[in-house]
Amino acid sequence: MRPSRAASTIAVVVAVLTAFPIYWMVLSALKPDGEIQSLEVRPWTLHPTLENFTRVLTGENFGRYFLNSVLVAGSVVILSGLVAFLAAVAVTRFTFRLRTTILIMFLVAQMVPIEALTIPMFFVVRDLGLLNTLASLVLVHLAFTLPFAIWMMRGFVAAVPESLEEAAMIDGASRATVLWRILFPLVAPGLVATSVFSFITAWNDFVFARTFIISAKDSQTLPAALLVFFKPDENDWGGIMAASTLMTLPVLVFFVAVQRRLVSGLGGAVKG
Amino acid sequence: MRRLVRPWLYLLPAAAVLLPLFGYPMYMLGLLSVFDYRQAQVSGGQPTTFVGLGNYARLLSDERFWQVLAQTVGFAAALVVATLAVGAFLAVVMSRAGRLPRLLLGLAATAAWAAPAMTGSTVWMFLFDTDLGLVNQVLGVEGYNWFYDRWVTFGVVGATVVWHSFPFVMVTLYAGMQAIPREIFEAAALDGAGQWNTFRRVVLPMLRPLVTIVVIQSIIWDFKIFTQIYVMTNGGGIAGQNTVLNVYAYQSAFGSSEYGLGSAIGVVMTLILLVVTLFYIRALYRSGERL
Repeated sequence: MRPSRAASTIAVVVAVLTAFPIYWMVLSALKPDGEIQSLEVRPWTLHPTLENFTRVLTGENFGRYFLNSVLVAGSVVILSGLVAFLAAVAVTRFTFRLRTTILIMFLVAQMVPIEALTIPMFFVVRDLGLLNTLASLVLVHLAFTLPFAIWMMRGFVAAVPESLEEAAMIDGASRATVLWRILFPLVAPGLVATSVFSFITAWNDFVFARTFIISAKDSQTLPAALLVFFKPDENDWGGIMAASTLMTLPVLVFFVAVQRRLVSGLGGAVKG
Repeated sequence: MRRLVRPWLYLLPAAAVLLPLFGYPMYMLGLLSVFDYRQAQVSGGQPTTFVGLGNYARLLSDERFWQVLAQTVGFAAALVVATLAVGAFLAVVMSRAGRLPRLLLGLAATAAWAAPAMTGSTVWMFLFDTDLGLVNQVLGVEGYNWFYDRWVTFGVVGATVVWHSFPFVMVTLYAGMQAIPREIFEAAALDGAGQWNTFRRVVLPMLRPLVTIVVIQSIIWDFKIFTQIYVMTNGGGIAGQNTVLNVYAYQSAFGSSEYGLGSAIGVVMTLILLVVTLFYIRALYRSGERL
């Protein structure tokens, strides 16, 4: 089909509208305070400044929160990737009783309203003595990202022809060698895509951080820390936008890098 | 024998995580929902008492619960329709647009998709801020509060959610459309089908399994909406007028220390979502997914 001019125009207009909030966020973060407070807004600035970023990073201990978020999300990515890989191999490479049941349970687990589970999780974490620790966040995110990660990895493992592993076995390779030296490198791209998903889930979490990290300010992560800038009478919009930018950029970079694989991995729903 | 043991060995780490950290909390959610569990019981001041279905009875006779439930269903339905309409329309636009516009739209949508719900909420709040927001200044209205009236608030929050979620629908449907063989379009054109007829009678039926999955996914996500409402309306809006079920459960537990009641709301939500999930599994089977 020939490209249509009308469709191209709509595409460009919608692209501008869709990207605008992100542009506005970065722009406002770079604006000097006077321009944000001004009642005459302009969609550009002639005096870009990093003062919002410095205020956020030094004054409010935001650097610490950023590091905490990286730590939590990083641990979740590594752990969830390995565990999901093994589980995905189990449900794709073997036939055993309860296999379909287990698979459906992974699917059903994705539908559970996680926020409602904060109630029992709060007591579990309290009883383990893990309130106010980053470990509590790693554990819950590991649990809540796994079902989807396994589901996604399943597609990538299934895409590797089994004959490769059989050939290696005939050549005398052990089970472990086949698993880690043959299958693992082959599904590595899929693992990266899956990891990005896990990273984003852990990175974006707001409700668990708010619920579990009550008094230890040093263990706070980004999303809940963002709320610090909301003041009852006057919100520090420059600070909020700078903090939001710092929180959005890493995710944006990761996401753009693996977006294609993410789509093709979504439950095998897209057959290309 | 080893072949029987090995898959379980590989599943062991997953089980070691999921049983205590997912299965057990699920069980505990159910358990808490049949107990009278409030601040006094949490601190150990009073013994916990079994109340059977008492929490549920309280919910079902509570006018507020029905109102929040209706509001949640209505809001989710509006979100699903809006997301689907925007996403499907733009998928068609994408397939008809030139290379560069398509690339631009794809990039912009990816950015909106990737933005954390939290920061998306803060940016839209800033855009719609009463005093310093861009929207009020462009419209030339002074001091209009977008987060005062219940339905206007739902409108702004809804726009934020659709901005976040239409990219998934657009990209998925676009990918599905690209997978339709070209010959089919040529055959339709030879038979004299116009654009609308081609879309309605060729593209749509071929994408049906995919559309079903996207619809059900959207229902599940939009029914569970939490962050945008919680952040943008500061925990449910003025006098809780913008509360949805997920926020209601959370607020009952951590706001009013009614942990038993909050759990009961959580169980009700889970049951509703379970029904939706059954349809999802059926749709997956029909689309040829091998389970």
